[in-house]
Amino acid sequence: MRGMMGMKTLTHIRLPLNFFQNNLEIIKQHHTLVYYLTNTVDMININNLNFGYSKHKPLFKNMSMRLSNGHIYGLLGKNGAGKSTLLKNLAGLVYAQSGTLDVMGFNPAKRQPALLEQICFIPEEFYLPSVKIDAYLKANAPFYKKFDHDYFTDLIKEFDIPVEQKLINMSYGQKKKVIIAFGLATQAKLVIMDEPTNGLDIPSKAQFRKIMASAMTDERCIIISTHQVRDLDNLIDTVIMLDENDVALKASVEEITAKLTFKKVKEIDDSIIYAEASLSGYNAVMPNYHQEESKLDMELLFNAILAEKIKFKPLFS
Amino acid sequence: MEFNNNKAIYLQIAEYVCEQILLGKWKTEDKIPSVREMAVELEVNPNTVMRTYELLQGKNILNNKRGIGFFLADNTIDQVKQYRKTCFIEDELPNLFRNLYLLEIDFDELKSRYQTFVSQNFNA
Repeated sequence: MRGMMGMKTLTHIRLPLNFFQNNLEIIKQHHTLVYYLTNTVDMININNLNFGYSKHKPLFKNMSMRLSNGHIYGLLGKNGAGKSTLLKNLAGLVYAQSGTLDVMGFNPAKRQPALLEQICFIPEEFYLPSVKIDAYLKANAPFYKKFDHDYFTDLIKEFDIPVEQKLINMSYGQKKKVIIAFGLATQAKLVIMDEPTNGLDIPSKAQFRKIMASAMTDERCIIISTHQVRDLDNLIDTVIMLDENDVALKASVEEITAKLTFKKVKEIDDSIIYAEASLSGYNAVMPNYHQEESKLDMELLFNAILAEKIKFKPLFS
Repeated sequence: MEFNNNKAIYLQIAEYVCEQILLGKWKTEDKIPSVREMAVELEVNPNTVMRTYELLQGKNILNNKRGIGFFLADNTIDQVKQYRKTCFIEDELPNLFRNLYLLEIDFDELKSRYQTFVSQNFNA
């Protein structure tokens, strides 16, 4: 009992509120170290990011955002809003025109191995070579110091992947499951997935949700871009929506449902921000006047923000 | 587990937990499923399950033994009934009353139907 009390006091050290303001310079210099000591510094810090594939067509204009560990972020946006591009910026696959990107204390554009071994990136389009799984592992796993071979084997079994088949001859869904298994087995702290449920069959989607629920730890930051919100909406705890060259919304599910109510109504009145007709009336979004605890309807929120962006701005600024 | 669209997920999980307790599937002396185990089983974010467990801890239904896990509180059944009763009165009763009123069902009829239901389903 005494031992436990000791532990308790150790984990309850509180820093004065102004600690971070006073020590900002030092924190910047020792970003990574402080991150591990306090667990409160953001894992990803995007500051005034400007990016476009051509100079005349900017995709992001002065975009800023902070992401921290212990969350599954759902990245939403229309086709061409820049979801994949943002993910590629984070993984160091494309470079910012101006502004800064800080991922675990590194600039991803420099592509330092110490950062890359901490990033698991599952792209939507990928190529796998004409080899079997064991050869693929032999060639790629050594790049990740903490690669967990047993975990990889478990995942491959769970996903029912034929290990004797060459990767190139597998179906798209099977290939996808191989790279998801490989990515998670790297034990990377930053997990980035671009449309991970595309191509997965019905049982695989449920397995994927279970695997992600168990992969989410306090040390990890998981970002999933998706159009299939119904596949993933119970996994996502924070919604990031991109629109018109910027972040249109970044808020936790808890915060969104504290401010907004999602419910079926018979008739539309002035309190409703956005509504879609349904069989038995309307599915509506309205301010949460009566502290109702509704379930976030991510598709409805998505359409509501596209249609009524101005009305949402003051609620989440 | 199938979730409906009427209520926040963390509250639906709270109902599920209460159900397990009332049905005697989870016993007082046992450790209940960890946040992670529950999240995997229900295919939801562990933060959501954490929110449920914290809510139920606040209602004195669960106990958090630091470093060990969550357990059922000592008089958990009473607390569950108390909590579920409040939920029922707030969420379901108004709808029931509305139908009783609209369909002009009087209390005598309701009472006899209630008694039939109890004897058929619970052998009471």
